[in-house]
Amino acid sequence: MENLFGLAIAFVAIFSGLMVVLHRNPMVNLVSLIINLASAAIFFLLLGGQFIAAIQVIVYAGAIMVLFVFVIMLLNLRRELDPPKGGRIQKILYLPAALALAAGLVYAALGPRIALPAPPPPGPDFGSVERVGELLFTDHLFAFEFVSLLLVVAMVGAVVLAKRRLD
Amino acid sequence: MSGVWIEAGVKVAVLMGLLLTGAAYLTWVERKVSGFIQARIGPNRVGPLGLLQPLADGLKGFFKEDITPKYAYRPLFLLAPALAFVPSLAVFAVIPFGDRLPILGRVISLRVADPNIGILFVFALASMQVYGVAFAGWSSNNKYALMGGLRASAQMISYELAMGFSVVGVLMITGSLRLSEIVFHQQGLFHWNLFIQPIGFVIFLVAGFAEANRLPFDLPEAETELVAGYHTEYSSMKFAMFPLSEYFHMMAISALTVILFFGGWQVPGLRAAGLAPLAVSILELAAMGLKMGFFLFLFIWVRWTLPRFRYDHLMTMGWKILLPLSLVNVFWSGIGILMGWF
Repeated sequence: MENLFGLAIAFVAIFSGLMVVLHRNPMVNLVSLIINLASAAIFFLLLGGQFIAAIQVIVYAGAIMVLFVFVIMLLNLRRELDPPKGGRIQKILYLPAALALAAGLVYAALGPRIALPAPPPPGPDFGSVERVGELLFTDHLFAFEFVSLLLVVAMVGAVVLAKRRLD
Repeated sequence: MSGVWIEAGVKVAVLMGLLLTGAAYLTWVERKVSGFIQARIGPNRVGPLGLLQPLADGLKGFFKEDITPKYAYRPLFLLAPALAFVPSLAVFAVIPFGDRLPILGRVISLRVADPNIGILFVFALASMQVYGVAFAGWSSNNKYALMGGLRASAQMISYELAMGFSVVGVLMITGSLRLSEIVFHQQGLFHWNLFIQPIGFVIFLVAGFAEANRLPFDLPEAETELVAGYHTEYSSMKFAMFPLSEYFHMMAISALTVILFFGGWQVPGLRAAGLAPLAVSILELAAMGLKMGFFLFLFIWVRWTLPRFRYDHLMTMGWKILLPLSLVNVFWSGIGILMGWF
């Protein structure tokens, strides 16, 4: 039951991922990306990571994508709907580049495996808010605090850039 | 195993039925209360006291012609009402309406689900709701609808932040995101979070009004300037889904306010009175209903009391007053916990 559901979501994720790049209408790309991120949240949920799933929806599918929606809603889409005119270099190189990427993907899927150590069995409170919080503030404290520093820098940078344009 | 599934199915069915009739009759209540506030009568033609008015409105909704504008972007135009409707209904999956109901030899817990992430689930769905409104505005290919959609999404993301931070204080005191544990933590009248977190409560309620797009924050559908905002081009039942989801939103905000700040279903002193367990749980359900009813009334009351904000005032209030205030509230709660006040 759970596997079947996971398989269905996997197809949704792949299809929406393809639509992000293949469809011509930017708004459809956007909706597909939202669906893709939401299906990632469902994968987290199936793996028992309730907290991560909620954060995935709130931060990625919710907050970040809303900003994308804003920008695209304000664009004039008429121009985007015409077929793109590629330059000369793109016309020559697209086929080798695509083939190289495909070969790499096939190699990754079928080639030799790297033996990873088996992860420890998940405890009963695996993926709960308490457990994630505990790990964040003990084992991963440095990374956690460092990311917050990075975010502050990014925020200050955004403010500086916006201010400069106003003056 | 199958018993669990049947129980869950029954719960979902009963809840859906109650919510749909509740939303329908909320329209009647809104019109009656509006009539009372404006010293007129309100609906009184269909059935006694106009009680069948919601039924008539529903039928009308189904039988109206369903128009899709020629230049609308059809896939999204069809998807948008569902995107607004489904999350607003799904929120109720995690809302606890009572503790346990001992009936027919079983003990039924009065909530569909009680996940570890409770309140985060609510916020996740709230953040999904923006898309319904935004896509409705964009796909209609109408400038008023687009403006309405933009305003709605800007308003919702601005107030979502303040709303999220206003709850942090409560979560810090409770030490859990589970909504039922938040309720159990507020035993006794003076342990209600209302008295411990008064600032958090005010911010939550104001942000809740803005999230539900209700007056004085109904700028996305401001009739005088935007025709009807994001749902200008919608007709028939597709249109009805937007007001319906607004009513669900109001009910969800009321329920959350009660759960987070007013002790949920609990009545101080009721458990100690020594009544039969069945009577206690029915009285508690009624208490939950009454408390929710008060906030639903408040929504309508405020609608006819406060005029609409100007758009820049709305944004200023969200970002420059409510958000800093909610951060101060988090800080203050932290100090309180350190000093052992709560």
